[in-house]
Amino acid sequence: MLKVTIDNQTIEVEEGTTILQAARLIGGAIVPPAMCYYSKLKDSGGKCRTCLVKVAQGSSRDPRPMPKLVASCRTPVMDGMVVQNITSPEVIETRKAIVEFLLINHPLDCPVCDQAGECDLQNLSYQNGNEETRFEEAKRTFDVIDIGDNVQLHMNRCILCYRCVYTANQLTDKRVHGILYRGDVSEISTYIQTDISNDFSGNIIDVCPVGALTDKTFRFKNRVWFLKPMNASRSCTKCSGKVTAWMRGNEIYRVTGRKDQYGEVEEFICNECRFEKKAVSDWTIESPRNIKRASVISQNHYTRLKNPSVILPLEEKMGKSPYGETKSINDKQS
Amino acid sequence: MSANQNIGLLTNRSKVVSVKKMTFMERIYFPAIIKGFGITFSHLFKKKVTIQYPEVKRPIAEIYRGKHVLKRDDEGRERCTACGLCALACPAEAITMVAAERKPDEMHLYREEKYASVYEINNLRCIFCGLCEEACPKEAIFLTNTIVPSNYERSDFIYGKDVLVEPVDHRVDVSKRQTPEVLNFKKDKNQSHNI
Repeated sequence: MLKVTIDNQTIEVEEGTTILQAARLIGGAIVPPAMCYYSKLKDSGGKCRTCLVKVAQGSSRDPRPMPKLVASCRTPVMDGMVVQNITSPEVIETRKAIVEFLLINHPLDCPVCDQAGECDLQNLSYQNGNEETRFEEAKRTFDVIDIGDNVQLHMNRCILCYRCVYTANQLTDKRVHGILYRGDVSEISTYIQTDISNDFSGNIIDVCPVGALTDKTFRFKNRVWFLKPMNASRSCTKCSGKVTAWMRGNEIYRVTGRKDQYGEVEEFICNECRFEKKAVSDWTIESPRNIKRASVISQNHYTRLKNPSVILPLEEKMGKSPYGETKSINDKQS
Repeated sequence: MSANQNIGLLTNRSKVVSVKKMTFMERIYFPAIIKGFGITFSHLFKKKVTIQYPEVKRPIAEIYRGKHVLKRDDEGRERCTACGLCALACPAEAITMVAAERKPDEMHLYREEKYASVYEINNLRCIFCGLCEEACPKEAIFLTNTIVPSNYERSDFIYGKDVLVEPVDHRVDVSKRQTPEVLNFKKDKNQSHNI
């Protein structure tokens, strides 16, 4: 076991763990944000640089600091390593610059984009970015491409995280899309708009951190914050059938995978569940999903019920609770 | 307070009812009637406190928050892109909308690739707070100094796009509602969100 200290919190992790994974084991505000790293996808990470951290002490054997900031999703932990994330002003400053860099070619079409409200880049720039842009030049623009019947690609919004490429490589047997060209002009595309029609190809929508790959069956149907995410399930032969159904009233607007606190799906779901099953009768609606308090999706949504307790004066007057042995609020506090 | 406590009243506003017997003059009733008519008659010669509303209008502020307008841009295209932020900001939940995708032959009608095919404001719910105007990222919705008129049917208070969108040849001036800061913000190319 290796001992690592991240932002003054020490944890013991197994060999081969990256700094980002170790930080996620600690949890809380010290977890570096990640736009390209996806724990369920092998080899992902190292592209976006948002997870850069400062290594103040390389290891207990060689206590020199690392000369540059390192990508925490790609750097394995060493014994006695000391890492600074939010405690280092250098990291905060760099992250601000990286957000600005990611936004250089990203259009400001959040009012139009279907991803708005659950977009990783939107959250990242709110948390770490500047309020205004300094970029005056023309942004690169592409036409919208339909990838198959159900997925639409807005290359304008892409930040080239490669997540969808890894998803297609690792989840489906044959990948038909990838990155064309190099450097500044590189873009996600298919060969002559080849249809992506694998059973699990729809997951490229879920892994996309921005609104570049979106669900065509949900295009402009509703804004995510007017929908209520519900845990739903059905028996599916291809996947686990555990999904998030985004509902308004008694209508399912779209189906996605269940995303955890880092925006990663718990289980990949198949295209049949995602695109074809939009009737409430297809699903067993289990419970509302927990939404982060800070998220716009939590607007007007209630996920918890606070059980009513016996009113204190009543208890005082009646001597004891009419409902048997119930502890009063005062008892709990003492 | 102490007086009330003595007579066992709950509030200090209640008054004791007088049970004094009426005098002869009060009992014959006529002097009181004549006095009452006198007061009514004297009001004919006094200044009226009411106005005849549709013909006469009281002066209201230029930045009065009245009926909404959905603005068009310089080329006459609708600015609203149905982003839903006004509906989100609305404390009375008065705004609903349905978005649609712009077709290639509708480029001259709508500014963005998405537009509101249905946009409704329920003026019975609206509290005219102006938060929708503040939330709008496209400067599409504004409140004007027009008063929402009364109606016979409740359904007539739900204003759709036919009422809200300004006519191309009959623009609504909302410049009064835009502070110098807002106008400066729009001039600054670095900060402009409408390019």
